[in-house]
Amino acid sequence: MNSIAIDKAPSEPQDFLCLEEGHPHNGTLLGFWLYLMSDCFIFASLFACNAVLGTSYAGGPSAHDVLDLPGLAVNTALLLVSSVTFGFAMLEVSRQRKRAMLVWLGISGLLAAMFVGLEIHEFVGMIAEGAGPDRSAFLSSFFTLVGTHGLHVSLGIVWLIVLMFQLGKYGLNEANIRRLRCLSMFWHFLDLVWIGVFSYVYLVGVLR
Amino acid sequence: MPDRPAIWNFLLGRLSLSSLPLHNSIVVGTFIVVSIGALGVLSLITYYRKWGYLWSEWFTSVDHKKLGIMYMVLATVMLFRGFADAIMMRSQQAIAFGSNMGYLPPHHYDQVFSAHGVAMIFFVAMAYIVGLMNFAMPMQIGARDVAFPFLNNLSFWLTVSGVVLFMTSLFVGDFSHAGWLGMPPVSELKQSPGPGVDYYIWGLQLSGVGTLLTGINFVVTILKMRAPGMSLMKMPMFTWTSLCTSGLIVVAFPILTATLFLLSLDRYIGTHFFTNGFGGNVMMYVNLIWIWGHPEVYILILPLFGVYSEIVSTFSGKRLFGYSSMVYATAAIMLLSYLVWLHHFFTMGSGADVNSFFALTTMLISIPTGVKIFNWLFTMYRGRVRFDVPMLWTMGFLFTFTIGGMSGVMLSVAPADFLLHNSLFLIAHFHNVIIGGVVFGVFAGINYWFPKAFGFRLDAFWGKVSFWFWQIGFWVAFAPLYVLGLMGVTRRLSHFEDPSLQIWFIIAAFGAFLILLGILAFVVQIYVSIRRRDELAVGNDPWDGRTLEWSTSSPPPPYNFAFIPKVHEREAWDDMKKHGYQRPLEGFNDIHMPKSTSTGVVIGVLATVFGFAMVWYIWWLAILTFVALIGTAIWHTFNYDREGYVKANEVGEFEQHIGNWEPKAQGATS
Repeated sequence: MNSIAIDKAPSEPQDFLCLEEGHPHNGTLLGFWLYLMSDCFIFASLFACNAVLGTSYAGGPSAHDVLDLPGLAVNTALLLVSSVTFGFAMLEVSRQRKRAMLVWLGISGLLAAMFVGLEIHEFVGMIAEGAGPDRSAFLSSFFTLVGTHGLHVSLGIVWLIVLMFQLGKYGLNEANIRRLRCLSMFWHFLDLVWIGVFSYVYLVGVLR
Repeated sequence: MPDRPAIWNFLLGRLSLSSLPLHNSIVVGTFIVVSIGALGVLSLITYYRKWGYLWSEWFTSVDHKKLGIMYMVLATVMLFRGFADAIMMRSQQAIAFGSNMGYLPPHHYDQVFSAHGVAMIFFVAMAYIVGLMNFAMPMQIGARDVAFPFLNNLSFWLTVSGVVLFMTSLFVGDFSHAGWLGMPPVSELKQSPGPGVDYYIWGLQLSGVGTLLTGINFVVTILKMRAPGMSLMKMPMFTWTSLCTSGLIVVAFPILTATLFLLSLDRYIGTHFFTNGFGGNVMMYVNLIWIWGHPEVYILILPLFGVYSEIVSTFSGKRLFGYSSMVYATAAIMLLSYLVWLHHFFTMGSGADVNSFFALTTMLISIPTGVKIFNWLFTMYRGRVRFDVPMLWTMGFLFTFTIGGMSGVMLSVAPADFLLHNSLFLIAHFHNVIIGGVVFGVFAGINYWFPKAFGFRLDAFWGKVSFWFWQIGFWVAFAPLYVLGLMGVTRRLSHFEDPSLQIWFIIAAFGAFLILLGILAFVVQIYVSIRRRDELAVGNDPWDGRTLEWSTSSPPPPYNFAFIPKVHEREAWDDMKKHGYQRPLEGFNDIHMPKSTSTGVVIGVLATVFGFAMVWYIWWLAILTFVALIGTAIWHTFNYDREGYVKANEVGEFEQHIGNWEPKAQGATS
């Protein structure tokens, strides 16, 4: 240290140090957003598979044969409305109204559960018809992409239940609000992915 | 399923006594040696009653420095494993000519080269760079920890899970023989019905999730937690390269996760993504895995570019030449690395236009890389260069890596690649850049930051011995492979017919032996340095450093900085020293710090058992551990009390204590 020539007078510590403890930055929302973007790459890979394998029917049923568009309309409506109700819950958070928030969260969870239920129903029906994921590369990619989305929604519901319990027990504290913001992002993100699934896998799939 | 009562099949899945490779004397011998070694270590820990200390001070710690050191230890252990595989391959190829079939049958040889690649990339190189970033980066930005300390601990234990599964495959069942990338259709169930590929899949999935979390963690840390005044363009170069690498991790590793997920679906529930029949598409896998795989090699090299930058400017006693161009070069490499994946399979036959595009993007990468090389050279130019061990490794890198880069440009010429593809020329090329770039950089980084971590520097004599054996050994081992590759010898062969090739393989084996001496010298270096730690003790700033990690004590206190630094210039610590900065010894505040947690260890153990159960089809155990994993994660969220304080008087005691023993040996470089 002494080998450096000191060409200026020793400085005051406050020139180089923060003498008071500052507020720690919280990067949770940025971190969670980054996680969502990485998840987006998982979905991108699955979409790419669907793009490449979407017409590899291997002599089995085509998208036109097995996909149920009226059911899809109901399904999509359920998921999109659950995003809206989640938004209402977040509005209640900013008004500090816990009970109303919990009601909206519960509605969102129910809608998402119905979405998953319908999806399982669709899957079971297809498998019963002999159009399971092992029938052709097209069906492999269909089940995997839609199923991965459904799995995300299911995990979101589990998360929602745990968080509703914590919100009920510990109230709208800082940590809980942060977690709710993350779940909210997750919820809307899954909606966005679903719009991709719905328009590409179902609508384009039926046409090609 | 083995032929036995159904209850056993339920309880043990497809695991049975015959899964143990008792017929293979090499594996049994290894098992005995490893067991004796492990027992020795465990009983020593028990004898010295260190379990409690290890548990509370290390395993459950969320301190980024300790996690960094644990990553380095893990990587070093795995280096021995990966190198043992390398020595086996080199010796097999040196003798297996004509009627001599060598000592490794093809099935075993294939596992050895697959395991070598997996160990070296995932568990050595990745663990080393994550370790270095963990240790140094938060201190370089003047932070007290990373953004998500618990996730950091969890990432480490998930990496350990992957390692444990990988090592288990050596002794229970076998490992994948489908190469380090698990290429289908060889890795599909029909061609590889055994547990090997499943070990591969789950080992990589678990450690891959750990790496992804690390990437997210570091990006947020660098973007959110820099000391006041440190704008992006004032960050140290190593921090910049850590940022770019972490960003690449966030966008590349999910693709690995997805690809392995699809392969496991093919193997477990019979989908047809990459199968030969039912519309599956093998090249889909090759594309996906390289969309992860090419960014991956830049994930590995970028942090070391940062290490070299720090070392070159420190040991030349000058600020880094062309800082901004270095930043832009790093960013350019980061972006380009995502646009070159197809050069790994020009021979796929995607046509001249596609191949030309990827050939050009590949060649383009050499431009920012060249910028970096010249920047390092110009930094040294007219500097008073001190040839300490870190600088030696850096010089070795400049020489070796440049040649490796040039052979890479040769491979990027698509028509030439049709001849060189899959040949030993390629093997020589990527070892040239990975050893010459990543491994040399890791050793440079270890020698550079070791005194910061432990308060004494590594023995220079043995460091030099290690360097020269590695440097010379590398060229003796891999120059013959360039020659053989140009002659058309392909990779992954366990036996050769043409006796005129043998001499080259014998030379290569001798080179591997020299590298072995280099590794042993490294072990001796560590041992000797620990024995002589009092003589080798140094002050806080042994190399006359320029970045903030050298402004705190060696070893640093848990909170890194008693006061968060304020940054005015690029090389903040150099700036502080020039202004005659004195460390204050009073006026401390309480410091907010995260608490240790055992959740990471618990999740790591559960994940390991889950992976093992999936490999052996033990469904009840897989379901049980999966539910337990989710349950543990939920249970963890009920812990709201995750932070505590280091009291001001404790900080004061610590800071004054350091003041007392500080400059034992000034100017360790003499």
